[in-house]
Order: sequence, then structure tokens, then C-alpha cells
Amino acid sequence: MPTMRYREALNQALREELEADENVFLMGEDIGVFQGAFKVTAGLLQEFGEKRVRDTPISENSIVGAGVGAAMLGLRPVVELMTVNFALLALDQIINSAASIRYMFGAQVKVPMVIRMPGGAGHQLGPTHSHNFEAMFLHIPGLLVAVPSTAADAKALLKAAIRDDNPVIFLEHEWLYGQRGEVPENGGPGRFGEAAIRREGSDVTIVGISRMAITAQRAAETLSKEHDIEAEVIDPRTLRPLDLDTIIESVQKTNRAIIVEEGWPHGGVGANLAALIQEQAFDYLDAPVGRVAAADVPMPYSKPLEQAAFPHEEHVVHAAIATFRDI
Amino acid sequence: MAVRQTDAPHKLPDKETSVEVLERMLLIRRFEERAGEMYAKAKIGGFLHLCIGEEATIVGAVNAMRTTDYLMSTYREHGQALARGTPPEAVMAELFGRVDGVSKGHGGSMHLFDWERRFLGGYGIVGGNLPLATGVALACDYKGTDDAIVCMFGDGASNQGTFGESMNMAALWKLPVVFMVINNQFGMGTSLERHSAVTDLSKKAEGFGVPGSRCDGMDVLDVHDAVGEALRKAREERQPQLVEAVTYRFRGHSMADPEEYRTKDEVAEWRKRDPINVFKQRLIDEGVISDDDFEKLDERATGRIDEATEFADNSPFPDLDSLYDDIYVYGDQVKGWYAVDERAPEPHRGEDEREAGDLAHELAEAGAAYTHEEYEEDRWRHSGDDNAGGGEGEPAGGARDTTGGGD
Ligand SMILES: Cc1ncc(C[n+]2csc(CCOP(=O)(O)OP(=O)(O)O)c2C)c(N)n1
Repeated sequence: MPTMRYREALNQALREELEADENVFLMGEDIGVFQGAFKVTAGLLQEFGEKRVRDTPISENSIVGAGVGAAMLGLRPVVELMTVNFALLALDQIINSAASIRYMFGAQVKVPMVIRMPGGAGHQLGPTHSHNFEAMFLHIPGLLVAVPSTAADAKALLKAAIRDDNPVIFLEHEWLYGQRGEVPENGGPGRFGEAAIRREGSDVTIVGISRMAITAQRAAETLSKEHDIEAEVIDPRTLRPLDLDTIIESVQKTNRAIIVEEGWPHGGVGANLAALIQEQAFDYLDAPVGRVAAADVPMPYSKPLEQAAFPHEEHVVHAAIATFRDI
Repeated sequence: MAVRQTDAPHKLPDKETSVEVLERMLLIRRFEERAGEMYAKAKIGGFLHLCIGEEATIVGAVNAMRTTDYLMSTYREHGQALARGTPPEAVMAELFGRVDGVSKGHGGSMHLFDWERRFLGGYGIVGGNLPLATGVALACDYKGTDDAIVCMFGDGASNQGTFGESMNMAALWKLPVVFMVINNQFGMGTSLERHSAVTDLSKKAEGFGVPGSRCDGMDVLDVHDAVGEALRKAREERQPQLVEAVTYRFRGHSMADPEEYRTKDEVAEWRKRDPINVFKQRLIDEGVISDDDFEKLDERATGRIDEATEFADNSPFPDLDSLYDDIYVYGDQVKGWYAVDERAPEPHRGEDEREAGDLAHELAEAGAAYTHEEYEEDRWRHSGDDNAGGGEGEPAGGARDTTGGGD
């Protein structure tokens, strides 16, 4: 199987879908002449021309809104917001339009669009440029939410997102862009709502979101080597729909669970999953469901503070061990 | 359409002022050059947006302001802080992420702030500062003061909804604000004519009731005149103004911009109008200073930057226990859990209990330890904003490779 970087896998998915369906077009800030702020769209303007790959002014709310309008007429816009931070300017169109229009207008139209955006901390971008909003998008009915952590999933899920008839929030991670992975040749679209078990284990279930799926796998190796704890690591890959069955089955086996995310703890993905696990598998739990999240602060710029403020392998190891306390 | 305020050259101010203006522009230039070097050495992280080429625009405008007026800018704002009089030490220390930085290391290059000098911030979100400036002007008016605000932003920002919204509100309420669009010809890699249907930006707010004027952003005296007059109208006539300064950014958008969207010839053409060289030459030609005087001024500016860099390098990183400081103002509220540290099973109660529990402390240190060792997979090359463009996953190594893409 060929290996490639996460960003190249995304680029392939975009190219293949642009080729396959003339209703697919891309739109975003600096995605064309500049080749994309993270080079995900590199070469696509040259290949498909300005009609299909459109550089936009810096106008996030209207970029998304125009995408919704075009989707209502049957086009399949793939909108890139330069980073997830700027999605805050487009929340009106994302929530009040993209997510609601089908329901609000009695299913007369659909909104088949994808909004791609990278995020994540660790690059010293300070409080306005380091957000993780998985939890916020998960909160909104009407949106699908993808959080791929491997190159193969990035490609397969993006293809699926573009072909899906719903608005999809596609969350990429800045740190993952340079990571390599195997990607099947001529692979088709993936499936939303299918978690991946990244590592099997019988002692504790660790659910890792986006980049934190990688951190969780590393922590699992340390737990095995240094603490004799075999963790089962689950990467949900999409948060809506969510493959809760796979998570619950795992918890029924391990009797312990922790959730690792890069966003804030209050109302986070972990808070939500912990509630679901407790509702569905209370009798199986031997310990409270643990959460590992970012520090509850705006992300500081200064490097040591920033590194202290988002989860690393050590935090996951400690949280996993804590589920064995008092037993 | 005329760019300058007048066709004839502006009369030079007195010698003292002329030299001061030149010195201020030099200080900014040397600061920015040094910041670029420090970024390459990984002393500075994140994004670094330099204003080289825009010094006349910045200094001309700031010199037209009263010390009691307010100033707001974008993430490309080191020059604005320095022009306002913020010591280069405090700016460089912020870029280094140190505790003596203007924002205590919390904000970084994009988020400088100096309350004392009424520099109300650099803002990382394009177009995010226009409504804030409108509100500051509202407060100036509300309190019955004579103060005004200058709000600077880029040509790209004129496409945000906040542009029209703020213009209308300011005109409607007759607020003392001068909006200043620094037209450096690009929003990242997108040229003005590719991002704005109206390219005479001074006209862009007319329909909202905000008249505009244009000035030559490479001529510090022309900018001074334009902003001075705009401030007068905003202050005395309560008529908000839009001033467009036509200038050019000599460097990339941020440090890792490969600049494929423009030609070297175009940059070279604009560099002939380098605002510092042009002004210096005029002072020499008119006998205000000699070549020698200039060398001395330049050495002095470089010396100031040497001191600032040394100061920044000696300033400590913020204490890890300060992570939860300064989020809230603690008053008479009922005590509760303001912040919860879910990184540790042992919760951190925030500022209220500054000392985290032992485990939380240990984990904070485990995280901070990643500062010093090269995180195995963290090979993201700081290639700019929105950036990791070129983050081609090559090892960053000791020094920073800044080729690649990005904001
Ligand atoms: C809302 C928002 N969208 C996108 C960005 C990413 N970004 C940072 S600077 C920039 C270009 C801005 O151009 P302009 O307003 O002309 O100012 P300049 O950088 O030229 O000073 C972009 C797109 C951002 N910071 N905020």
C-alpha cells in the first residue's frame, strides 16, 4: 500500500471527487493561487481552473452562507475555512442555515456541503488561533462531524463527506497534516459512524479524539510496558454519527473508560461520552469514567505554558492508572 | 485617482521632529529585522508578521495622534506598539513568550497591548478590531472626552462584514474614530484586485456614511497630513473617517511565505520607494542631517534592539503555576469552581487555589517538558499561519526552516 501524508491524502480525495462529479467545487481563502494555507489544495487550481477552485475574499460568514445557497441548488461545495478559529465568524450560517434548513423547510431541500477546517494547539498561536471545537460542532443537530486521525481515514471520510447529502463539519488537525500513513490505492469512500479499534486490550478503554487518538495509542504502549495495563484504544473517527456500540462493547469488557480530547473540559466531548457510557454501561463500570482535556484556560502563547495546557501522553497514563485506584 | 494628499512634496517639519520621525522608523525596521532572525533561531514561536515597508504609514499616523488618543491594530502590530512608545524590551520579551512581555507571555506577537500608552491591542482575527474601535469611540463620546481612536487594518479585512457594520454604526452615532486601511496590496497571497471588487478602498465606506481619503503610505509626511486631518474631522465634527494608506509589504505575509503570488521585480520596484531611504535621502539632500549623522542614528537604533533582545533573552518564562491566573476578575461573587483542570484526576480550583495539587503540578511539568526536547513527531515546520503549509514534516532541527507555505 502506498504511504503518504495526511495532507496528500486529503488532496487526493478532493482531486478524485472533483473529477468524479462536476457539481463538486472548492471555495476558500487562499486555496488557489496560494495553494492553500496548509497546501491541502495544492495543484487543484491549475488542474481544475477558477470555476471549480475559487479563491474568496476574507469573509467567513458569507463564504459558508454562499456554500449553503449553492448546495440548496444541488451543487456540492467543499468550503475550506483557513482554520477552525475562523469558523467562529461563520457560526450563524453554520448553525442557523446549514444545520437547520432541511428541517426548518420541511425537507424540501437538502444542503450537501462540506466545511473543512484545521485546528489544534501546540504551535504557539495564542488564544485566538489554537481552538478545538469538536464539542461545539457535536452540540448542533443537523451537522455531521468527522475527526479523522490517519491519512487513510482522512481520504476515505472526505470522499464520503463530499458524497453525503448532509452538511458535514470536517475537522482536520494541523499537527496531523505532516504525518504519514498507508492509504489504499483506488479506495472508495469510508463510512461515517464506524469507530476503529486501534489497539486491543482488556483492562481499560481509552477513546481518543482526532490527534489525541495518536496520543492515546502512545500512552497505551507505555501503560503496557511500564504498568502492566493493557488498554484498548478506540478512535471514533466520526462524532456524529457516533459508533457508541463499539465503545460500549469495549467498556463491557474492560470495565473502565477514559476519554482524551484536546478541547476544553466543560461541556466537552469527554463530558458527553462519559454521560453516555454511564447511561448505557453503568453496571459494568468499576471506576468513574475519566476525562483528559485541555487546561480550562484560553490557550497561552508562551511555549512552556502552552505545552502544560494541552494533553500529552503522561496525562493519559495518569488518568488510566487513576481508574485502578482504590481497588 | 490620486494617491497623495498633494502633488508637491510636503514641507519638512523642524529638525528635531524630522530626526525623531526617522529614528522611529529606523527603530521599527531594525526591530523587525531582528525579530525575523530570532524567529529563525526559534526564540520566537507561532506566526510572525513583519511590517517592513510599512514604517512610514505607521509612524506618520501615530505622530498625528495625541498621546491621549487610542490606537488599535492587527496581528501585524509590533511597529504600532513601538511607534506609540512601548519599550522594545517589552515587545521583544512578549515575542519570546517571557514574563516581562507586554502581555506577560500570554498573547505573543499577534496580541500585544499597552494600556499605559493607549495602544489597545493587536488582534489575531481579521476584521475583529473594527467593532472594538467603534466601541472605544462610543466610550470616548459617552464620557464627554475629546479623545479619538485610530483603528488600523489591512486591505483584506475590508471584506469582512464587520467593515460595513462598524462604518454604519460609527457614522450613525457620529463617533470619533478614524478607520485606517493599510493597503499593502495583498491579503496573504491574494492581491487586492483578486479580493475586492472596489479597489479604491478610500471609497469603500462612502455608502455607509464614512467619507474617505487616500495617502501615500511610503511618505511619512503625506500620511501624517491625511491622518491629522481625518482625526480633526472625527474629533471636532464627529464625522468618522476612512483613510487609505497605499503601501507595500516588503516581506512575506508571515515568516514562511514562499511568495509565489508576486514577482521579484514587483517587490524590487516597490523597494525603490523604501520609506526610510526616501525620507533619509530628503533629510540629507536638504542639509538637515549628514550621512554620518544617519550612521549614528542607525547604530543607536541597532543598539536599542541589542538591548531589547538581551533583556528578552534574560527574562524568565512564566511560572507554570500562573497558568490559571488572570482569566477572571475575582470580586464578591460566591466562591465556586471557576476553572476545572481535567488533565489531572485531582482538580485545580483555578486562581483561588493557585498552588495546584501535587499530581496536577507534576502533570503540568510533564507537559512543559516538551518545550525543551524536540517532540519526536512534532516536526511541524513553522511555516506560517495558517501555515503549516510547508510543514512538510521534515525535522525542524535546531534552527527553524521557514520555507513552505502559510499565513
Ligand atoms: C477571520 C480570519 N480569517 C482568516 C485569517 C487568516 N489570515 C490572517 S492574516 C490574513 C490576511 C489579511 O490580509 P490584510 O487584511 O490585507 O492584512 P495584512 O496581513 O496584509 O496586513 C488572513 C487571511 C484570520 N486571521 N482571521
